[in-house]
Amino acid sequence: MRFVNGRQRIVNDAGPGVGPNGSCIHKRKKIRAAWEAGGACKAEKGLWVMKHIAIGIFGAAALGLMASAASATTLDTVKQKGFIQCGVSTGLAGFSAPNDKGEWQGLDADFCRAVAAAVFGDGSKVKFTPLSAKERFTALQSGEVDLLSRNTTWTINRDTALGLNFVGATYYDGQGFMINAKKLPGVNSALQLSGAAVCVQSGTTTELNLADYFKKNKMEYNPVVFEKLEEVNAAYDAGRCDVYTTDQSGLYGIRLTLASPADHVVLPEIISKEPLGPAVRQGDDQWYHIVKWTYFALLNAEEAGITQANVDEMKTSTDPNVQRILGTEPDSKFGTDLGVSNDWVVNIVKAVGNYGEMFERNVGSGSPLKIARGINALWTKGGLQYAPPIR
Amino acid sequence: MQEHDLSWVRTEMVLAEPAPLGERGAIAWVRKNLVGSVGDTILTILGIAIVAWILPQVINWAFINAQWTGPDRTVCTTAAQGGIQPEGWTGACWAFVNAKFGQFIFGTYPIEERWRPILVAILFAALLVPMLIPKVPRKGLNAILLFLALPVVSFFLLSGGVFGLPVVETPRWGGLLVTLSLSFVGIAVSLPLGTVLALGRRSKMPIVKLLCVIFIEFVRGIPLITVLFFASVMLPLFLPAGVTFDKFLRALIGVSLFAAAYMAEVVRGGLQAIPKGQYEGADSLGLGYWQKMGLIVLPQALKLVIPAIVNTFIGMFKDTSLVLIISIFDLLGVVKQNLSDANWATPQTARSGLVFAAFVFWLFCFGMSRYSMYTERRLDTGYKR
Repeated sequence: MRFVNGRQRIVNDAGPGVGPNGSCIHKRKKIRAAWEAGGACKAEKGLWVMKHIAIGIFGAAALGLMASAASATTLDTVKQKGFIQCGVSTGLAGFSAPNDKGEWQGLDADFCRAVAAAVFGDGSKVKFTPLSAKERFTALQSGEVDLLSRNTTWTINRDTALGLNFVGATYYDGQGFMINAKKLPGVNSALQLSGAAVCVQSGTTTELNLADYFKKNKMEYNPVVFEKLEEVNAAYDAGRCDVYTTDQSGLYGIRLTLASPADHVVLPEIISKEPLGPAVRQGDDQWYHIVKWTYFALLNAEEAGITQANVDEMKTSTDPNVQRILGTEPDSKFGTDLGVSNDWVVNIVKAVGNYGEMFERNVGSGSPLKIARGINALWTKGGLQYAPPIR
Repeated sequence: MQEHDLSWVRTEMVLAEPAPLGERGAIAWVRKNLVGSVGDTILTILGIAIVAWILPQVINWAFINAQWTGPDRTVCTTAAQGGIQPEGWTGACWAFVNAKFGQFIFGTYPIEERWRPILVAILFAALLVPMLIPKVPRKGLNAILLFLALPVVSFFLLSGGVFGLPVVETPRWGGLLVTLSLSFVGIAVSLPLGTVLALGRRSKMPIVKLLCVIFIEFVRGIPLITVLFFASVMLPLFLPAGVTFDKFLRALIGVSLFAAAYMAEVVRGGLQAIPKGQYEGADSLGLGYWQKMGLIVLPQALKLVIPAIVNTFIGMFKDTSLVLIISIFDLLGVVKQNLSDANWATPQTARSGLVFAAFVFWLFCFGMSRYSMYTERRLDTGYKR
């Protein structure tokens, strides 16, 4: 009887946008292409269908287990485990990279610590799972990680078809250009780059964005295309091309490995939107809210001037806004409503500081990368980082 | 006509004299090997020129200009790059390797628990060295300890959870520890399993033969990357949510079975090279199947294919780097991962880290290769041409 149910699920529940024949299954090539590109709709739908077929094969026992496992909320599971399993990248300067002791450092890694601090009051209760671009979504979907904080671009497809929920953009990135200022004196805008030889990695959206941008502005360019990032770096450093294009945060990291970094300038233009943010699984609103409000708390703390150094003094502040944020207001229950303790923001700021401190330490002036705040400044300072109030 | 003077006749043999100076010693060697012909001479000059051109640069880079210690990227960068070195400096950044050495060897294994892998390494060496020296007695006991007891003891020592040792999950294992454990288990499993598969494939029992053929051909027909990728990405989707089984274990099984299939074909090649007379001779002595194989056929067959077996071992040792795509970080994986540390981002970092990884891989592969040549010579009983 239960087995019949399992089979019916396959037939009736073919998933959003997939026809009764499971049209995605027949497009193997497309699936592979999309899969390699970091996962797009068709690949994920194909997977989704295959998963359900597999459930049918494994039969009722698997379904029964799934049902029982799904009923426990992520918060409960995390609390029971005693730590958060956090998916990070396999190494991206400033976002998640191992330090000399093998501890994960960076903006993405610190965000994981912030969530751990909100849940446990202890930022060290987090375990990191380095994930490749191909693995990251399945790792989150299958429950291998509780939170994906891995420089992942927030798109509609990932927010809907992939079954993820992005909590916000912890870093607004975008594709930029870097030039050798000694070779191209006087160039201070990408619009002056007509006729330039551009180094770019093949098969990426970067390559497509580049073509779009030059076409739109009616400019000529010579693409110098390489398969591997290391080859692009070497070619640019050897002077085989005038311009290097990739995500702007990456440009700063690459600049450090060049023979004469001071000669190279990152141009101000950003030609694509790459809002990078943490994501959780769909279907668990409580966990989603905890992660989302951890991000907002980091921003609100910066806006209210609460730092790692002064958080203890701030607890005695009479400013009602600070009191609400830090949960020192009498009868405050913002924290408990969220499912964590009332001093959650105190714990977050003690563990990693506010958003500004996190930014400067990992990618900003306190790091070798020296990335300017730019559009990642608070909205009060002309940037895009804006958080709804805690009240 | 000239008359012969027969007043003196040599009565004893002339003693053998040493070869003339032009035919022996260093001069002759140089003449024969380096300047034997016009072509040889040109090649020699070219070779010397290339070495003279490259070697000083390599020595300069790797030793003279190299930076051995330092806290961060400043020691390996010139002033223009934000460091302390003079303009135009290029040299190896061994300081990076030095700072990350623990990680290259142990991955993110907790620092205070690193005595455990070190103890395992000592046990391993203590069992392996007597195993490799032919004169040391009690090979049987040694083999049982090395191939059966050591993996079990190592597993509990490394992963913990018994005798009050704290648990260290396999995602924290990394570096050379992962490379060596993957390849040791792979080697220890693949040779016996491969031999059994090869015997099965040549067996007269149809079902055994069919199963062995299917296994070997199936595994050889798919790339290792596919096996690893399937194990890490697809398997979790098929399993019920929350049920995970260790990724390292999955990789270990995948690599071992994969190597076993290749080993089976290598051993089968050896079995086919043994003349039919050997089988028949064993039969006529009244030996059973396992006696025949164990005492007559396999010792000869395995000896014949030592180069191919070691080839497979070396290939597998290097293939372990592929586990990087399922986010298990072997030596090369850890090196590449640490290249992303902004504190060490210099023009020399990637080169130095990769040269270090290459050197470690070379040490192990060269060691295996030399030992196999030694074994071949030792077991050489008249087949040498």
